[in-house]
Amino acid sequence: MSVASADVAEYATWLGDDSLILAQRLGELISRAPELEEDVALGNIALDLLGHARSLLQYAGTATAQNEDDLAYWRTEPDFRSAHLMEQPNGDFAHVIARQLVSAHYLYELYARLQASADLTLAAIAAKAVKEVNYHRDHAAQWTLRLALGTDESRRRMVAALSDVWPYVDELFRDEPFIDRLDGIAARPSTLRTAFDAAIEPVLAEADLAVPRGFTAAGGGRRGVHSEHLAFVLAEMQVLTRAHPGAKW
Amino acid sequence: MTTPGESASETWPLWEVFVRPGRGLSHVHVGSLHAPDEALAVRNARDLYTRRSEGVSVWVVPAAAITTSDPDAKGAFFESPAGKDYRHASHYSASNGVKHL
Repeated sequence: MSVASADVAEYATWLGDDSLILAQRLGELISRAPELEEDVALGNIALDLLGHARSLLQYAGTATAQNEDDLAYWRTEPDFRSAHLMEQPNGDFAHVIARQLVSAHYLYELYARLQASADLTLAAIAAKAVKEVNYHRDHAAQWTLRLALGTDESRRRMVAALSDVWPYVDELFRDEPFIDRLDGIAARPSTLRTAFDAAIEPVLAEADLAVPRGFTAAGGGRRGVHSEHLAFVLAEMQVLTRAHPGAKW
Repeated sequence: MTTPGESASETWPLWEVFVRPGRGLSHVHVGSLHAPDEALAVRNARDLYTRRSEGVSVWVVPAAAITTSDPDAKGAFFESPAGKDYRHASHYSASNGVKHL
């Protein structure tokens, strides 16, 4: 694997942290999904995301001679670059699906574009990931339709979940200054928004859901400023490694 | 006896899953699962039964749509061929010069 420059490492950390934190959130659902089959489906999705996170963080670590575990388990909250969407609590099943719907549509457009990156390592990771997140997109869309067009109760929950999750969409498409230095390498976030809207709006329309128009969350995850939720996610994710450094099983 | 997938404690109906492991092979029954409808059944089947690259094609069939032989009538159904060896081709000897037999 080639060695990432500092800027490329920062970008790979963005992407890797998004997948890592979302995978950790989905992992919390193991044994708690509404049905056994859905438990396996969400677990598979979490493992796909964890795989992307490992590849991306491994690559990010080449810039500072750290491995993926160093980055996942030994960084603290301000070092994480994940967007606020990923750290949002699971809530009920509709909230999980709403977060999946948004994140999978974002990740799909991201990796679809990143396949053409001038950085061959990022391009290769994206080429593998895009197929997997395409399935995540489909999974979330199927459930969005069923919840939104199901019973009065399921529809009420889906509408509430979408409006709770939507404020965090904006942050995904914000450019940070250092992106200017990665022309041709990074997929500039602001340029993914049109494709994201074009893909997600038909799903919402079919589900008879309006695009929520409420406030926009402040964000700041890309600069290490997080909501109150991330620290708890990290505490659970990191406690074992920190209590028993170097432990193997 | 209740039909699987139809008891009150099972909210989703039962589906039987068939996976075709490769080109030129037939779909083989691999198990069953619960799903609310056919679109999610085929996705659940993908997640449950093709996690280790087992297949190239998946069929799902509502378990309620399958008509089965009566397990209590096993004798009447399946014991009749016993002793009727002539139904097997094993008593024929291969003719000389026939290839690929």
